[in-house]
Amino acid sequence: MTFVDNRAVITGIGQSQIGRRIGRTGIDLALEAAETAVQHSGLSFDDIDGVASYPGPVAAEGGFVGATTHDVRDAFGLRTRWHASSVETSGQAGTLMDAAMAVATGRATHVLCFRSVWEATAQASGRAAALTGKAQRASGHGEFRMPFGAASPANWIGMYAQRYMHDFGLTREQIGKLVINARANAGRNPNAIYRKPMTMEEYLGARLISWPLGLYDCDVPCDGATALIVSRREDSAGLAKPPISLESAGSALYERHSWDQRADLTTMAAHDAAAAMWQGTRLTPADVDFATLYDGFSYLCAQWIEALGFCEHGKVGQFLDAPENYCQDGRLPINPHGGQLSAGRLHGYGFLHEACLQLWDEAGERQLPKDVATAAVGIGGGPEAGCLLLHRAE
Amino acid sequence: MPHQSGRILPEVTEESRPFWTGGFDNALRIHRCRSCGKWFHPPVGACFRCRSRDVGPEQTSGRARVAAYTVNHHPWFEAFPPPYVIAAVELEEQPDVRLTTCLVDCEVEQVQVGMAVEVAFDLQDDVALPFFRPVTA
Repeated sequence: MTFVDNRAVITGIGQSQIGRRIGRTGIDLALEAAETAVQHSGLSFDDIDGVASYPGPVAAEGGFVGATTHDVRDAFGLRTRWHASSVETSGQAGTLMDAAMAVATGRATHVLCFRSVWEATAQASGRAAALTGKAQRASGHGEFRMPFGAASPANWIGMYAQRYMHDFGLTREQIGKLVINARANAGRNPNAIYRKPMTMEEYLGARLISWPLGLYDCDVPCDGATALIVSRREDSAGLAKPPISLESAGSALYERHSWDQRADLTTMAAHDAAAAMWQGTRLTPADVDFATLYDGFSYLCAQWIEALGFCEHGKVGQFLDAPENYCQDGRLPINPHGGQLSAGRLHGYGFLHEACLQLWDEAGERQLPKDVATAAVGIGGGPEAGCLLLHRAE
Repeated sequence: MPHQSGRILPEVTEESRPFWTGGFDNALRIHRCRSCGKWFHPPVGACFRCRSRDVGPEQTSGRARVAAYTVNHHPWFEAFPPPYVIAAVELEEQPDVRLTTCLVDCEVEQVQVGMAVEVAFDLQDDVALPFFRPVTA
């Protein structure tokens, strides 16, 4: 079973200005990223007949929803045959996978997919409702967490990390090596938020947020938008770039959408999605040249490493012990751009952008020092997970 | 113990009312399937295992064990001055049924996976929050 009959490809990428408190709206950033991606692909806006985004117009504050699908299609006056957004999907890349389905089934030809955030500016300007600021009641998933002071994903993910550390001996120092490597990579990324190298002392000495997670285990809010063009393969010939194939994708969720009821607390939905992704391809983890893995919290990146089969279940600590495995010139470089931990919370799409940038040999100073043709991208945490295997044909 | 003011209380639904109000009778009520006999949480009108609609709340022993925990150090809520312990506890009746809760009456250093705990209701307005505390022999 191949993903959308191998009919979907990525033909262009774009990113807006990225920074902390740059004072621009999420819509403005989304438009910049969209324009950049369309130009990058060699298409024009007249060719764009589909738009997809995450998360759509959900109730959220503090710059989480930078722009909706309609915001962007209306701003550019796009005549679309298909458009969608969803938060009830397989992580931030869920609707991008839907876009691949749309082009494969003829519902669109070239789909503009994007994610925009302006959390740094919005929070600085007081748009974020402080968690403590409202006396409203907690509903939905929050109903069973907020009354107990479990307000933040740092709490929910901290519990997963604690149980994994308990069962398998993973240490904060081992996770720290991953965080420090991300920071070293960010030093080669001119758009990264934090670029100064980090020492283990700094990592371990940072204030705790929700033990075992400290400040540097949490990503950094930023302003920025990312866009990708997903095209139907037969309509991608002659464009600016050799198309990047969506070789496989995983969107599986085999248990309830819950942060605390998963049968095995040492795994996450990433394990379901990754297993499904490998079922759709003849490639194996050994064929992957590099990976861009969600690190909204450091432990999530560690989960993706084992979920995708780059180490055995329970053995991620040993994997992390040897940074030469995953550093920039290692066997399996991870997050060459610095990830969300150091390059900023572009919320999922940053990993797709970096994967394509590397596959097209456009990563500048941080271009990996080897030929790269196949990338694994894992996005999401807890019950939210989607992953893709990208391949650039010669 | 958390402060008494500045909390976020749950929005009680028809499904969750037995869970949130059982503590007024000193009862931890969890949904259970009358067809396959398994417990589940959060409460909803079907058993996710056997898909029976014949489900409803039943009283549990109120005893559980810590499955995972985190020590929160960030001041998210005025009502919860850090540090405090958030835990996923698994029910004695059925260990794969977990409640996210706040551990009270215990030292942070004391907490460990497998630690036996029991429910300690915290009455707030129209709800009784099931916190947990270590079982003292």
